[in-house]
Amino acid sequence: MKHFTEIGAYFLMLGQVFKRPTKRSVLKELILKEVEELILNSLGIVVFISFFVGGVVSIQTALNINNPLIPDLLVGFATRQSVILEFAPTFISIIMAGKIGSFITSSIGSMRVTEQIDALEVMGINSLNYLVFPKIIALLFYPFVIGIAMFLGIFGGWIATVYGGFSSSAAFIEGVQSKFIPFHLIYAFIKSFVFAFILATVPSFKGYYMTGGALEVGKASTAAFVWTSVIIIIANYVITILLLS
Amino acid sequence: MIKVNHLNKQFGDTPILRDVSTAFERGKTNLIIGSSGSGKTVFLKCLLGLYRPDSGQILYSDKPFSKMDNNERKELRQKIGMVFQGGALFDSMTVEENVMFPLRMFTDQTEQEMIHSVNEVLSRVNLNNANKKFPSEISGGMQKRVAIARAIVNNPRYLFCDEPNSGLDPKTAMVIDNLIQEITQEYDITTIINTHDMNSVMEIGQNIVFLQYGKVAWEGNANTIFNADKQEVIDFVYSSNLFKKIREIQRSK
Repeated sequence: MKHFTEIGAYFLMLGQVFKRPTKRSVLKELILKEVEELILNSLGIVVFISFFVGGVVSIQTALNINNPLIPDLLVGFATRQSVILEFAPTFISIIMAGKIGSFITSSIGSMRVTEQIDALEVMGINSLNYLVFPKIIALLFYPFVIGIAMFLGIFGGWIATVYGGFSSSAAFIEGVQSKFIPFHLIYAFIKSFVFAFILATVPSFKGYYMTGGALEVGKASTAAFVWTSVIIIIANYVITILLLS
Repeated sequence: MIKVNHLNKQFGDTPILRDVSTAFERGKTNLIIGSSGSGKTVFLKCLLGLYRPDSGQILYSDKPFSKMDNNERKELRQKIGMVFQGGALFDSMTVEENVMFPLRMFTDQTEQEMIHSVNEVLSRVNLNNANKKFPSEISGGMQKRVAIARAIVNNPRYLFCDEPNSGLDPKTAMVIDNLIQEITQEYDITTIINTHDMNSVMEIGQNIVFLQYGKVAWEGNANTIFNADKQEVIDFVYSSNLFKKIREIQRSK
């Protein structure tokens, strides 16, 4: 029953987020700040993880090809498919749930604990619009992060395959180009937009409606990570059924 | 002026405010006093519209808050300044940005005009050379002064203070009390202060509402509180060792 109440509260919150907008000049500054904090500050970890996971995917694929009838280009093909379809949009989003999700929850939760949200409300400012809307807009740039993750994942796979001696560069590149379906990219970017919305709103909800003190801020951050991850996984399943099956 | 008529508020089955009726006058420092758990904070949050009362009316300049539409409420809230117990300054902003915040949100002033207003109000609260500091870099007393500056920068008609001198040393607390009283008289605003500090009561208690178990148990001012006809008020007043000692000295004379 508690979960149903929370789901209802979440959708009511979304309604409030899009009402009574903040002054345009202030909103512009807030969006730029959020782009820096949520997107630009996440690039380092995304670059690092994408490169190495792409490498590991290609090595694992190469090591599991024992049959001489299977061509070497399969390494590039499997790396591309894994990275574009699942690793970049879903795996990176789970990592972002930990990074930006807990950041959003703890920053909004701290504002709740120290009455900063009450201060906004007393001034007649729609605190949900002020705090959450800029995050949603900033995370519209999230597919750009996923695009970088895709490129670096495949690039990491190429480096690991060629310099690890598992296959030739030509075979890997041929595999990457082989049987490419452009809709898979569209599917991946549609997922990225949905995950971006989840990443902006679920942690905000957990932070905004938390009660208690500093300890509860920590608990809310953990809960935000868990719930954001769970919802991303469920959304991934539903989108895959709707778009690919 | 703010009038309150038969206000009731409960959480679950627990009544917090019971048939509270009173009035807060303009140009005076109105104090809400009472021991912890008496309903002071809930009362203040009802007045501010942060809690919705179960029944009763709150009238701002004779207009019921519950009957105001969203635009009227927004307009009213822009006339309210609030000093929170912990200051509630925005951590990510400097002192200057904090004080400038209401101007940035609700006025069309240029950057230069805003900086001028901010400097003026910061010097009014005796806080110079702290513009570029963050709240975490200044003392509790300075944070309170920044909070007061932020509350008054947009020329409010109503000023609310929730325990403005809690956690401050007696000297700084007195400075804050005097500052609030000066601002109230200078700007002719309705000031409501939530406190259980007897020094504040003595210093700036022009109108006092004593809450007990969510009810108005007594009303008066700093001159009449020592002769209150309610035993609960007397017990509250003389709950500090200092006042007990003074009473003993007076009785022995």
